[in-house]
Order: sequence, then C-alpha cells, then structure tokens
Amino acid sequence: MTRSEINRFHNDDLRKRRVGGNRFNSLPLGGEICAHLMVGLFSFLCVFPFAFVIIISFTDEKMLVENGYRLFPEKWSLAAYKYIVSSGEQLLQSYFITIFITIVGTLMGVLMMGMFSYAISRSTFRYKNFFTFMAVFTMLFNGGLVPYYMVCTQLLHLRDTIWALILPLCVNAFYIVVLRTFFKTMVPESVIESAKIDGANELRIFFQIAAPIAKPGIVTIALFLTLGYWNDWFQALLFIENNKLYPVQYMLKKLESSIEFIYMYSGYIDPVKRVEIIASLPTEAVRMAMVVLATGPIIFAYPFFQKYYVRGLTVGAVKE
Amino acid sequence: MHNVIRNFKKNKELLFMVLPVTVWLILFSYLPMFGIVIAFKDYKIHKNGFLYSLIYSKWVGLKNFEYLFKTDAWLITRNTILYNIVFIVTGLIFSVTFAILLCEVANRRLAKFYQTTMFLPHFLSWVVVGYFFYGFLSIDKGFFNQILKIMGKEPVLWYSDPSPWPFILIFMNLWKGTGYGSVVYMAAIMGIDKTYYEAAMLDGASKWQQIKHITLPMLKPVMIILTVLALGRIFNSDFGLFYQVPRDSGALYDVTNVIDTFVFRGLRTFSNIGMTAAAGFYQSIMGFLLVLISNYIINKIDSENALF
Repeated sequence: MTRSEINRFHNDDLRKRRVGGNRFNSLPLGGEICAHLMVGLFSFLCVFPFAFVIIISFTDEKMLVENGYRLFPEKWSLAAYKYIVSSGEQLLQSYFITIFITIVGTLMGVLMMGMFSYAISRSTFRYKNFFTFMAVFTMLFNGGLVPYYMVCTQLLHLRDTIWALILPLCVNAFYIVVLRTFFKTMVPESVIESAKIDGANELRIFFQIAAPIAKPGIVTIALFLTLGYWNDWFQALLFIENNKLYPVQYMLKKLESSIEFIYMYSGYIDPVKRVEIIASLPTEAVRMAMVVLATGPIIFAYPFFQKYYVRGLTVGAVKE
Repeated sequence: MHNVIRNFKKNKELLFMVLPVTVWLILFSYLPMFGIVIAFKDYKIHKNGFLYSLIYSKWVGLKNFEYLFKTDAWLITRNTILYNIVFIVTGLIFSVTFAILLCEVANRRLAKFYQTTMFLPHFLSWVVVGYFFYGFLSIDKGFFNQILKIMGKEPVLWYSDPSPWPFILIFMNLWKGTGYGSVVYMAAIMGIDKTYYEAAMLDGASKWQQIKHITLPMLKPVMIILTVLALGRIFNSDFGLFYQVPRDSGALYDVTNVIDTFVFRGLRTFSNIGMTAAAGFYQSIMGFLLVLISNYIINKIDSENALF
C-alpha cells in the first residue's frame, strides 16, 4: 500500500463513501440480501460466544449443575456477582495489578519509544541508520524463548517481581517503525530547524513540538500498548508464582487449571479435604462472571479506540 | 578519533534519547540472541548468573539437535507448517471476501456495525476466548454436547478426542483473525480509484464483473505482500491458540503441539534445556531464512513494499 492510498482512505470516512461511488451502482437485491446474510452471520458468530458467557454468569448455580449451560436458563440469578463483590479479594488484587502494569507500562513504553523514534526520524542524526537497523533487526531474528527466559531470570532477576510484567512488553520494533513513520510524515523538518535556531534543545523540541504534532501516532501506540498489557498472561505464566502479582488474565487462567487439577486428581486427595477445596473454589457462574468482568472494560472502550487502532495498522504497512 | 568524539558531542542529545530503548534492546533482544549458543551446550544453571552459566557450560556440539530430530521435531514441524499453510489460505479467502462484502453493503451504518463486531475478537486474550469456547465444548455442560444429547447422539469428549481439533483450531483462527484481516483489505479497496468503477459501469459491467476485473486485480499486490510476509513466519505460531484453547490437554498433543508450545513445555519442565533451546534455535534460524527469502521475493515483485 502506498502512502497516498492510505491518506485517501483516512480522508474519506468509511460512512461517507462506497465503492462505485454512487447508489446506482449497487448490488442487485438478491446480492445485497446475500451479502447481509453472510456478513451478518459472521458478525453474529463473533459476539455470540460473549453473549453466551454473560448468560451463563447470570444463571442460577443449581440450574447450571442440573441442566448445563443454556441459552435460555429456567432461573436467573445475580448470586455470582454478589459473591464476587463480597469475597472477590483476588479479583480486586488482580485488577489492581493489571491496571498498574497497564498504566506504568504504557507510559514507559510511549516515552521510551517516542524518544527513540523521534531521534531516528531526524535526518541530521548521524547514527540514525545504525539505531534503526538495531531495532528492525529484532523483527527478523530472535534468540528464542529459552535464552530469553534465562536472561530474565538469571541476569535480571525478574522472577516474581512486577517488573517481569512491565519491562518485557514496553518496547516493540513494530511500534517503533510505526511511530517513526508518524514523526517523519507529520513533523516538518523546517519546524524543527526553526526551533533549533531559537535555541531549543532536542529534548525540548521532542516534548513541546514533535510529540504534540504527532499526537495521533502516540495515541495509537499507547492503545496498542494498553491492549497488550491488559490482555497479557504469557509473561505471568513464565515468571510469576506469587498470587498477589497475578494480573487478571492470568488469574482467570489459573482459576481454570486449578479446577482441572482437582478434577483430575480428586482420586488422590483426602475426600474430606476435597469437598473443602471444591467448595472454596469459585463455582461455574462465578468463573464466567469473572470472565465478563475481565473483558467488560475492553468491550466498552473498544468502539472508541477502534478508529485509532485501524489507523495504526494501516500506517504500519507504510514503508520509508 | 578526534572526529568520532566531535560527532558524538554533536549528536549527544539525540544519543541520550535513544539510550533507554537501546539498553532495553540489548537486554531483552540481543543478549538472548547470544544466548542462542545454549543450543550447542549442556546448559547447567549456576548460581553465579546467566553469563557465568553460559560461558562455563560444556560444549556438546550437535548432540541436542540429534536428540531433537530423533524425537519430536517431525511432529511439531509438521503441525506448525500445516496449520500455518491452512491459516494463510483460509485467512486470505475470508479476509478478502468479507472486505469486499463490507464495502458493498449499501447501508454504511450497518456496515460499520458489522465491521465493529467482526473486529471484536481481535481485542480479546486467548484466555478469555478459551472460556468463551469452553461454554460450547465443556463435556458435561457444554452447548454442543447438549445439542448432541437432544439429537440422541453420544456426547463428544472434546478435550480428549483429537479428531475435531484441526477444524476447531482453524475455525478459532478465522474467528479471531478475519475482522483484523478484512480491515487491511478494506483500506486497500477504499484506495482504488473510483473512476475505474464508473467506467466499467458505463460499459455495462455487472457488479460481479467489477469485483472480478477491478477489485481483485487491484488487491493482488496487497494479497501477495501479506501472504509472502505470512510465509516468512510459517515456523511461528500463536502460542495462546495452541496452548490455552485446548487447555493444555495431553491427549490432544498429536494435533495441537507446535514448535512454540513444545519449547514452552520443555522450559516449564526443565527436563532437557539443551534440546528445548535447540528447538528454539531451529525455529529462529528457519524463521530468519524464510524472512530473508520472502523479502527477496517481495523485492522481485514489488520493491516498494520490501522490508529492506
């Protein structure tokens, strides 16, 4: 895709135009119905599983045990959410961790990558090719999981620290390329030069001129980062044992496997304890309610940031 | 020498600005790259830290690789490559089809709504998606087994019967990726010059003819680029899809084990770090070669879109 094509795409809002340009060149009625059916069905499939989970979370626990998961439960109940409100310390703690790493990580990532991308977008920066290559090369080749794990645990001692959830995700070569494109295309060299003549140093130019001009790009990358942190469970899977540090996604993952564990090994556990353990674990509806609560914020925020997200995707496809 | 210092001084502000990311890249990307020699060593974790362990572990040559290729290499390579090929082909067909359909829907508001809902799965984590589909696949409570029961059929043990899993994984990949893929193609379709369609319309071309002779040919470059790029990553797979969605069920390893999950499981059990690292090395090298080859191919087709 060339830049002009993308600009054209962004300039014309999706709503305002359609291929063919005018209404006389529309699909025949049969085709139109067919298109609606296909796209509509797929769209429905995309949201249906989430709707189903919401229904399960509002189903009476007894009904779940007797009838299984039903689309139209015989009895509704708020018990799962009441239970979470009254005894959801783990969920609260995990929410706190997730929000903390999301905010700190996003800020750190935007700041670090913003400065880096600004520097390599400057044509007067003597080492720009070296540093650009240094970042881009990591997209082509990596050491793999084992050496990465060893570096993080043995050299940086990240195991069971909050930094294990923040640091590994805050820099990404693809985001750097996207940001650099934004700086290159949006911030005119002449503006920077005139600021230099007025005596501003590079840091000041970055914070007071370049970053505000390239704000759409920075917002886009901040969204990418936020989403990455919110949805991450892999770093926790690798490095976190302490349940005080579980982010929401990993807590959900743990919830599922501990139940499976009890299920699989119930034969080997003392029966008295088994009942106790199973009773102490969240029940079916509560688990699904937690899934709803973990996904809720994304679902609500998503229609608002979709536009920026799409722009980031298409700009990423542009090459200098 | 004098020049070097002068250049450094001249660029010192910008050098200061690239410093944090540079440090990050060295720690999280370049040190692990050197750590790749673990694949050729009998790596023993030593309390003196990573570099000490790396330097003082014994060289064992290709022994780790011999062991790897005697055991699981074939299976995980086959799974990884076959799944990726199917994902690339089905993903391309679905993304392009839905992009074209979305652009053709006359009611723009509805089209926007469709697009928003189709894009949604992309924003969910595989853990959450795993739960979503557990609602359908759960053995005693799931939606599917209830339907089978009503139809008077035997329930399927979804998490221990490997036969449906290739289809489930292909479906899940489409479910999560189609919205994302069609956004890119929609951008390309929006970029096509409207006058082509107007001219075709004046000549009496039907909608289908316009799609076949204008839209698809105009999309060809984007399709080729994205496909070649995907081919470059054919040795990598989406860890969450293959690990979390089947709930790490051992009975399904035959059809769900890919290189990424193999490496992770090896790392988790610490059973044979050398062999696990060898698998990772194998993946990295093959991936690197494929990226170089695909870039070479893109350069031949359309050098404007090449990575380097």
